[in-house]
Amino acid sequence: MFAFNDTSETRIKKIMAKYPEDRKVSALLPLLTLAQAQEGYVTPEAMVEIGQRLDVSPAYVESVCTFYTMYYTKPVGKYVVKFCINISCHLNGCDNLMEYAEKKLGIKEGETTPDKKFTLLKEECLAACTEAPVMQVNNKYHVNMTPEKIDQVLGSYK
Amino acid sequence: MTEILFKAINTPNLTSIDVYEQTLDGYQSLKKAFEKKPEEMVELVKASGLRGRGGAGFPTGLKWSFLAKDVFPRYLACNADESEPGTCKDRELIMKNPHLLIEGMILCSYACQIETGYLYMRGEFWEYEELMDKAIDDAYAKGYLGKNIMGTGFNLDLYTHMGAGAYICGEESALLTSLEGYRGEPRLKPPFPAVEGLYGKPTIVNNVETLCAIPFITRNGPEAYSAIGTEKSKGTKLVSVSGHVNKPGNYEIPLGTPTIDLIEKYAGGIRNGNKLKAFIPGGSSVPMLPASKADTPYDYESLMEAGTMLGSGALIVIDDTANVVTEALGLAHFYMHESCGKCTPCREGTRWMYQILTDINNKQGKPEQVELLSDICDNMSFKCFCPLGDAAVAPVISSIKYFPEDYEELIGSMKTAQPVGTP
Ligand SMILES: Cc1cc2nc3c(=O)[nH]c(=O)nc-3n(C[C@H](O)[C@H](O)[C@H](O)COP(=O)(O)O)c2cc1C
Ligand code: SF4
Repeated sequence: MFAFNDTSETRIKKIMAKYPEDRKVSALLPLLTLAQAQEGYVTPEAMVEIGQRLDVSPAYVESVCTFYTMYYTKPVGKYVVKFCINISCHLNGCDNLMEYAEKKLGIKEGETTPDKKFTLLKEECLAACTEAPVMQVNNKYHVNMTPEKIDQVLGSYK
Repeated sequence: MTEILFKAINTPNLTSIDVYEQTLDGYQSLKKAFEKKPEEMVELVKASGLRGRGGAGFPTGLKWSFLAKDVFPRYLACNADESEPGTCKDRELIMKNPHLLIEGMILCSYACQIETGYLYMRGEFWEYEELMDKAIDDAYAKGYLGKNIMGTGFNLDLYTHMGAGAYICGEESALLTSLEGYRGEPRLKPPFPAVEGLYGKPTIVNNVETLCAIPFITRNGPEAYSAIGTEKSKGTKLVSVSGHVNKPGNYEIPLGTPTIDLIEKYAGGIRNGNKLKAFIPGGSSVPMLPASKADTPYDYESLMEAGTMLGSGALIVIDDTANVVTEALGLAHFYMHESCGKCTPCREGTRWMYQILTDINNKQGKPEQVELLSDICDNMSFKCFCPLGDAAVAPVISSIKYFPEDYEELIGSMKTAQPVGTP
């Protein structure tokens, strides 16, 4: 079973008010984002719930959900660490940083640490190219990264 | 220095509406605008020569004048999807001066008789959703948004809407499709959004930087804006200079500034005393150029003449320690990853390009494969459903054209290359 919690319900009221009444499917991405924030990933049950609220089928919700790379349909770690691998970061040595993070966490790109704390991902351009190399942890920016800074930042996530 | 968009941008607490009002005469342009008829505002923006800063460079006033006549409601969708590799100017505007953008969105809405506007931000801008929501709330509290704004009878509601990771949603029709709650696939154009956009209604899609120029134009008049720049490329442009430079950053330049000045004077020259090898002037979707063309003035026409484009204004600088094939491979991966899969030349072509470049980069390539690459590029150019397909071709074909020696370094001599298809 999936149910939105009270904080989410308050947000949902605000979200639904943004779109014309006969266009409530516009709220699909925001609701998927909320469901993921609550559970860590988008569960099949959440897709059913969202479909019911927006009068679309769960299959439709899934087809949209899987189009967008920020939604996870499988469990991920408490902190998702993303390294940009696109050109500006590449020119600034992101390959070495990724390797460093893999060694440090003892996992490969795409994997989650056994304690479920960190998931490591490669990401396409994060739009902070003038501060490359760039890393995000749960969508928070960390810029001008170095191995020392990786130690420091990852250490701050408890 | 001419500063329009970045004026006072580093003022502490500029994100607060009071500081914005005090420092930049914030929201004062609304009074000036409301003295004019909406159509006069459209003419004003036309006269300024402002062109869209999202990538296509389409004249902004002209776009506004294309709205379907007398069809309402109309919508504004501000494009803050900012996903073109190399580009990060909109992010700086949003995070440091959100009210400038809101002021621009209000002016555009007034000119275009729009009562509802959305700010579509890429999902990775998650940190700035709250910032923008707060800024919008503050603008409502001051009476710059909502019903009967400043007693004029003009109503406007603005909302943020977050994407969720998809480069293609920066393309305007895909952005609208995504905003409607679908998979973010592009739509056939025409009809253009100004005629049939969001929810089938006339819609203006403009980039963040474009809209941020409107307050200056409204306050100071179109001549003050068109006095800056070149004959056809008016005004200032934010350029994100990244890559192998000493001082990467977003710089505001009068259009027409030599590209080499951006690299040397603004961005402090090439790192570690290395030499400039190549540069991509307008984000990853435009052809790269060799160092010999670095004196090209940074404006729409000059860059076009030099065989590339101004695009989104992202200057990616590559020095002589890099092999451009490796960079082209990285970008090929990007386009393969971001192809929405709707049409075959793009879906299959990007994958092929990636596979071939991987072979070459791993020193397992054959000379014929470079020809095959060119052939694939040829089969994709202008044959894809949306411009992403052409974009994917640009870095690859230009790397072959200008840097055959980089391919040779990885493959050996290319002289033996057989045309594709010969037995
Ligand atoms: C694949 C693709 C990605 C795009 N990404 C963006 C983007 O991230 N931001 C943007 O403003 N425009 C982007 N554009 C351009 C938009 O389609 C559109 O031209 C622009 O938002 C119009 O605003 P403007 O006239 O103010 O530039 C993209 C276009 C394509 C084809
Ligand atoms: S060109 Fe690529 S991104 Fe554009 S519609 Fe075709 S498959 Fe989708």
